[in-house]
Amino acid sequence: MRVVILGCGRVGAYLAKTLVADGHQVTVIDKDGTAFARLGPDFPGSLVTGIGIDEDVLREAGIERADALVAVTNGDNTNVMAAQVAREIFGVRRVVCRIYDPWREQIYHELGLETICPTLWGAGRLKEILES
Amino acid sequence: MYTIVVGAGKVGYYLTKSLLEEAHEVLVIEKDPHKCSVLTNELGANVLQGDGCEASVMARAGMGRADVVIAVTGDDEDNLAVCQVAKHEFNVPRTIARINNPKNERIFHKLGIDVTVSSTELILSQIERVIPSQSLVHLLTLRGIGISFVELEIPPDSPALERPIRELGIPDDCILPLVIRGGRETIVPYGDTVLQVGDQVIAVTSEASEGTLRHILYG
Repeated sequence: MRVVILGCGRVGAYLAKTLVADGHQVTVIDKDGTAFARLGPDFPGSLVTGIGIDEDVLREAGIERADALVAVTNGDNTNVMAAQVAREIFGVRRVVCRIYDPWREQIYHELGLETICPTLWGAGRLKEILES
Repeated sequence: MYTIVVGAGKVGYYLTKSLLEEAHEVLVIEKDPHKCSVLTNELGANVLQGDGCEASVMARAGMGRADVVIAVTGDDEDNLAVCQVAKHEFNVPRTIARINNPKNERIFHKLGIDVTVSSTELILSQIERVIPSQSLVHLLTLRGIGISFVELEIPPDSPALERPIRELGIPDDCILPLVIRGGRETIVPYGDTVLQVGDQVIAVTSEASEGTLRHILYG
């Protein structure tokens, strides 16, 4: 599977490394080139420095041939916009985006985006632990 | 009419002020507390501090009864989210977004934003107009159907001189409805019209044929 990951924070970098280990072809985009250090020196995937909501940057990352895009920058709105550009402009089949704000996550989920909300998940799990 | 402006940079500030002068009900939402306190001194209760994409801020702003929402922050992704949430969650009838990267216009329209304003594109088209170059000046672009109204001036070395228009090989999806000669005389050209040096030609063309048209008239 050819996957474009937007955002090379902890989640993006970890996901990139595990996907590559499973034999997938991965390209990581981050606006800050120093973030790629998280991938380690031997990362075999491709790296693109740039703003992930910019069509040209996505093209450079091979979005036109990608099977999937994962948007995990630290900006909810950036993730939401990149996901929509990937889906609507480039017709990427599988698009997942992270949205921290549960309210916005609900709205965009209703609008048909595949979304995950770590806030809801984390808070729910913490509550479970406390109450067990 | 109740208008909510999101983002109180220079654009948001002057926009809010001029809307207030026209006696509209206006609220401007701004994230930066410092900017807000300066603004509140001048505009009073028309300023709300907070993130314009947050549920609590939108509710406090009375988004549900807004007639228009105008998102003019410096970040396209934030302007998109503000307008989408306003539209889908609060049924705001009209959403207007400022676009910083002109390429985003297409995606904004596709995602249901009613009106987009691109200051970059406005400045670019003004520059095209005053700086002579062998490019087409875009007067109007109808994005949805990929049609542009362009203007160009026939240069002395144009390959289109001394031959009637019908022989120039102008593509089918491109028409020349008007020629302005000598800055005054208007001509509706036919197939046998011959272009002259200095003619200002107005053309309606598909985006795909712009290059061909440029080649035919400029060489």
